[in-house]
Amino acid sequence: MTHTVHEGAASSRPLLYLDGVTVSFDGFKALNALSLVVENGELRSIIGPNGAGKTTMMDVVTGKTRPETGTVLYDGDVDLTRLDETAIANLGIGRKFQRPTVFENLSVFENLELAQKNQRGTWQTLRARLGPGLREGIARTLETIGLAGRESVPAGALSHGQKQWLEIGMLLIQDQRLLLLDEPVAGMTDRETEATAELILALAGERTIIVVEHDMEFVRSLGARVTVLHEGSVLAEGSIDHVQSDPAVIEVYLGR
Amino acid sequence: MPGRTRILSAQGWASFIACFAVLAVVVPVLNLLPAASPLRLSDYLIPLLGKYACYALLALSLDLIWGYAGILSLGHGAFFALGGYAMGMYLMRQIGTRGVYANPILPDFMVFLNWPRLPWYWYGFNHFSFALVMVVLVPGLLALVFGWFAFRSRVSGVYLSIITQALTYALMLAFFRNDTGFGGNNGLTDFKDVLGFEIQAPGTRRGLYVVSIIALGAGFLLCRAIVASKLGRVLLALRDAEARVRFLGYSVEHTKLFVFTVSAVIAGIAGALYVPQVGIINPSEFSPANSIEIAIWVAVGGRGTLWGAALGGVLVSIAKTWLTGSLPEVWLFVEGSLFVLVTLALPGGIAGLLRKPSFGRGKRVPLVGEQPR
Repeated sequence: MTHTVHEGAASSRPLLYLDGVTVSFDGFKALNALSLVVENGELRSIIGPNGAGKTTMMDVVTGKTRPETGTVLYDGDVDLTRLDETAIANLGIGRKFQRPTVFENLSVFENLELAQKNQRGTWQTLRARLGPGLREGIARTLETIGLAGRESVPAGALSHGQKQWLEIGMLLIQDQRLLLLDEPVAGMTDRETEATAELILALAGERTIIVVEHDMEFVRSLGARVTVLHEGSVLAEGSIDHVQSDPAVIEVYLGR
Repeated sequence: MPGRTRILSAQGWASFIACFAVLAVVVPVLNLLPAASPLRLSDYLIPLLGKYACYALLALSLDLIWGYAGILSLGHGAFFALGGYAMGMYLMRQIGTRGVYANPILPDFMVFLNWPRLPWYWYGFNHFSFALVMVVLVPGLLALVFGWFAFRSRVSGVYLSIITQALTYALMLAFFRNDTGFGGNNGLTDFKDVLGFEIQAPGTRRGLYVVSIIALGAGFLLCRAIVASKLGRVLLALRDAEARVRFLGYSVEHTKLFVFTVSAVIAGIAGALYVPQVGIINPSEFSPANSIEIAIWVAVGGRGTLWGAALGGVLVSIAKTWLTGSLPEVWLFVEGSLFVLVTLALPGGIAGLLRKPSFGRGKRVPLVGEQPR
């Protein structure tokens, strides 16, 4: 009984809560009193013109940038502004960068090995052994991202799209609760884009996912709630049809 | 098999054991042959080879952090010298009444400076075991404290190289002062014996040489164990994309601090073995140029290979011994151009020439770690 009550409480509070977050670089306000609420298990798309603050928002959530003012809470009560990148990653927040960032001098397999959910301490890492269970997990992920049979290829030798997929694979095997995807389909072919949308939709619900994208077709195919950012704050929010018909959005973003 | 954590492959073990056997057994046996034998290795070569072994160990220690973690320390000579001084202090106190002033407690330079008593930090160095602890502890602790501040403040790349230079320079100035209590610019010398063995005796030198080779072998295996582990792959990862490693949940600071400290301890041990074989330790070992030379050894031998770095340490030192003897004025030019040449034309160093090119690993590895963005 108490268990159900607890679950009810957990699902009613948002997984990510940003309120009044401001970040400025040399007087330029990258985020201007940004407020954003993402529910547990939600899939959310974020769009906006260049310089709207999309990447800065991700930097704030992952601890790379500290906001001057504002509240950033994870899972109800964890204050993310007090934690560094490492601690935030270990809370269950994963990130995929805009430019695919894989470890180019390590093999595909080793990239996944490092990302795999495991103890992260220096001493544990020194003594870590790859058991059959972990190997199986890596093999499964290789299948999912279509890189099976290429595990010993250095990541630097992969095509752009394959690097994107490897990075998504690293995020999957990390088994994070909240995934921040910064332009996951940039530089992908139409087929790869389609497959990525399928993958994201398959994960939605199980994980909370925030996707930043420019590709309107892709955002439409996700069918998720869309937040439009402009000059560091929220301009509009709602379904894709709703925001696309919003005159303010058309003016600053779609109309250009 | 991908994701392996074996220290060496079967072939690697075979080469390692062969090299070790030649250096630790064949060389001392050749030295023991009767003087008339044409194969005899003369006595003066033994401490010279021992010195090269210490340099190789020092090169290994730098390669661990530079080649794998992208931390270019240009102050690694400081850790080497501190280990050397710890050993030198023990050797100094062994002299006892055989010194010029025949003072049973105070080393000669303290008597000469009219010091009434032994400074507190010289206590305990009459015991060999205490000195051994200090050989590990002093460089290790300095690296831990220095690294903690540097890595926590996210100092990396060339900025880190510059402050390591400043560190060794500051130590050099401090050790040059007579008041610091380490013999000023003369340093520590005129050693008589180590553990009761006469330090100049051929037998002692053979022993020190063999111990140096054992330390080199053990240091190599320790470094291999680190780089072959998952932690070794984290090191390569943070060398190439530090921010990404943070977002994966690894502590870049702790990882760097760990290898930096291990590396400093290895350098300190190399210094401790070096001092009894060359018979002197003075502040010039702290000079920034010495530390830069270590980086040249590693670059010439091949970064990120360990054995290549050790080989580079030996080959460049042999070249230096030979050239400073026959053409002293050209050595600095040779050394400088060697570094430029290797950086531009041979980024993999000697080891890169010998290793078969591996498919796709074409991405150039930067000289120092990723710059903060």
